[in-house]
Amino acid sequence: MLAYVIKRLWQMVPTLLGVVLLVFTLFHFFGSDPSVILAGQNATPEQIAAIRQQLGLDQPAYVQFGIFLKQIVTFDWGRSWATNEQVSHLFATRLPATLTVMLPILILDTVLAVPIALGVAYVRGSLTDRTLMVATTVALSISFLVYIIVGQYVFGFQLGWFPVQGWSDSVATNLVTYAPLPVLLAVMVGVSPQTRLYRSFFLDELGHDYVRTARAKGLTEPTVLFKHVLRNAMIPILTNIGLALPGIFVGSFLIEVFFSIPGLGREVLLAVNRSDYPVIQAVTVYLAMLTMLINLATDLLYKVVDPRVVLR
Amino acid sequence: MSAVLIAAAPALPVPRSAGVWLTAWRRFRNDRVGLVSGVIVLAFLLLIAAAAAGWVASGWQRELAVPNAPPTLLGPRAGEDAGTMAGIESKVLPPIDLTDIDPLAPRYQEWAERASKMLTTETVKAQTLPLGADRLGRDVLAKAIKGTEVSVFVGVLAALLATVIGTVLGALSGFFGGKVGDFLEWLYNVFTAIPDILLIFAFAAVLGRGVDTVVLILGLTGWTGLYRQVRAEFIKHSGREYVRAAEAIGASQMSRMFRHILPNVSHVILVRMSLLVVGFIKSEVILSYLGLGVPIDQVSWGTMLAEAQSELILGFWWQLATAAAFMAVFVTAFSLMADAWRDALDPKLRGAE
Repeated sequence: MLAYVIKRLWQMVPTLLGVVLLVFTLFHFFGSDPSVILAGQNATPEQIAAIRQQLGLDQPAYVQFGIFLKQIVTFDWGRSWATNEQVSHLFATRLPATLTVMLPILILDTVLAVPIALGVAYVRGSLTDRTLMVATTVALSISFLVYIIVGQYVFGFQLGWFPVQGWSDSVATNLVTYAPLPVLLAVMVGVSPQTRLYRSFFLDELGHDYVRTARAKGLTEPTVLFKHVLRNAMIPILTNIGLALPGIFVGSFLIEVFFSIPGLGREVLLAVNRSDYPVIQAVTVYLAMLTMLINLATDLLYKVVDPRVVLR
Repeated sequence: MSAVLIAAAPALPVPRSAGVWLTAWRRFRNDRVGLVSGVIVLAFLLLIAAAAAGWVASGWQRELAVPNAPPTLLGPRAGEDAGTMAGIESKVLPPIDLTDIDPLAPRYQEWAERASKMLTTETVKAQTLPLGADRLGRDVLAKAIKGTEVSVFVGVLAALLATVIGTVLGALSGFFGGKVGDFLEWLYNVFTAIPDILLIFAFAAVLGRGVDTVVLILGLTGWTGLYRQVRAEFIKHSGREYVRAAEAIGASQMSRMFRHILPNVSHVILVRMSLLVVGFIKSEVILSYLGLGVPIDQVSWGTMLAEAQSELILGFWWQLATAAAFMAVFVTAFSLMADAWRDALDPKLRGAE
C-alpha cells in the first residue's frame, strides 16, 4: 500500500512539471508584458525598466522559469498585482466561502441522483424511465445561466423565500440564510446529468450474470439492488465524484459572480479581468496538484469499496 | 502508368453488403425522435445560413421600437407615451415670455429658417414588436436569429478544432505507441490535471476577448476526451487484420492511419463531436456572461442572457424568454439527434445513457 502511494506520488512529478511548464509558457510567451500591466498607462520607460528588473523579466527565460519553480516550492507567490494582497492570504480567506456553497451542492447532488438513477434503471424502458430521460434532456438544454437568473428573480425577488444575494462573516448564517438559494439552483441543474450518468452505470450492472444468480437463489429485490448492484456500481460512481471534487475548490464561477459570494472562483475571475497573473498562476498550479492527489485518494478508495481491486 | 488496359471483366453480380453509413442511415430513418430533431436542426442551420448571408436579421442593431417595447401579443405598454408618468398629473404652465432677457432670442428666427431647409425624417418608433424589443429598442427576434448564428458558429467551429486536435493526437498516440504515445499521454495528463474552467480562464487571461478567441480557447482546452477515445480505438484497430493486410501490400503509415483506420472509427468521432458542440455552445453562453466571450458589439445567446438579467428585474422578460427558448430548442434537438446518431452508428450502445 505504502509502496503504491509512493510510486504514484513519484509519477505525479512529470505531470506537475508539465502543468508548470504549460502555465509558464502560456503566460510568458502569449500573455502581455507584466511590466506594462503593472506600470499602468502613464508609465515612463524607466519605471517599466525598474519593474522588469524587480520581476526578473530582464533575465533569460530559464532563469525566470527557475524563479517560477521556486515560488511554487516555497508556496510564496508574492503579492497580487492588483490589490497587493498576499496570494496565500487570498487563498485562505476566499476558500471557506467557496466550500460553504460547493460542499452542500456536491453532497445533495449525489444523495439525490443515486437513488433516482437506481430507481429508473430498475424500471428501464417504462413510461417513468422514458419520461424522466426526456425531462433530463430538456432540463440539460437550458443554460445554467437561465436557471439562476429566473431562480433568483422568482425565489428571491418575487416570492421572497431567500435573500436575493448577500454574505456574512458567520458560517452558520451563511449556510442557513445565503447559501440555500445558490445551492438549490445548482442542485436543480446538477441532478439531471448525474442521474443520466449513474443510470447508465446501474444499467450496466443490472445486465450482469450475478444479478440473475442473486435473483435465482431467491434474494429479495431490495437485497439484490442495494447489496449487490449498488455496491458494484460504486466504483464508477466514486470515480465520477472524484472527478467532480477538485471543482468544488474553485467553485462555480457563475454562482459566485451572480450571487456576489466572496469565494475563490470570483477572485480568479477578477484576476483574469485585471490580468493579475500571480493569482491565476497560483490557483492553476495548486489546483492541478490537488486534482492529482484527489485522483490518488479515489484510487485508494476503490480498494475499500471493492477488495478485489489490485493496486498496481 | 503502363499502357495495359484490362478489358471490362464480365459483370459478376457480387452482392454488395451495405456499408456502415448506409445501415446507420436505415436505422436512423426508423428513429422518429431522431428524425424530427434532425429536421429541427436542419431548419436552424438554414436560418443560420440565411442570417450569415444577410437575408434575415442583418439589421439587428437598428433601434426600431421604443425601449423595451413589449411583444405584439401583449399590446403596447400603457401610460408611457409622451413621457408622462401614470398617476402623476402634469400641469401645463402658460409659456413665459423671456425675449428681453434671453441673449439668444434675436437668432431664433434665423435658426428656425435654416432648420426648415434641412430634410428631416421623423422615424416612427414601433410601440410593439413580434417578440418585443430590448433596452435600446432593438428587435429581439432579429437579435435572437443573429445570436443563433454566432453561438452555433462558435460551438461548431470550436468542436471542429477540438476534434481535429484530438483525432490527430489520438491517432498518433494509439498507432505508434512507444515514445510518441508516452509523450502524448503526458500531455493529456497535464491538460486534465487542471480543472477545465480554470484552463479556459488561464487561456482567456492571455489570449484576450473576441469570437475567434473563444473558438480558440474552447478548442485548445476541449480536445482531451476525444483524444482518449480515438487513441483507444486506434490501439484496438492497429492490430486488426485489415490493417496488417494494408501494411503487407505496402501502405505507408500515414495511409494506414488516415485512409484505413480513420474511416472505421469516424462514427465514434462524429458522435463525440456532436456532444462537444452542445457542450461548447453552453460554455460560450457562460463565458459571454462572465465577460470573457463574445464582445458587446456582437450578439450571441450569452450576451442576450447577460442583458436580460437587469431587464427581468424591471419586468421585461421577453428577451430572456426568447434567447432561452431558441437555445433550449436547438440544444435539445441537437442532443437528441446526436443520441440518435450514436444509436444508429453503434447499436450496442442503444439506450445505455
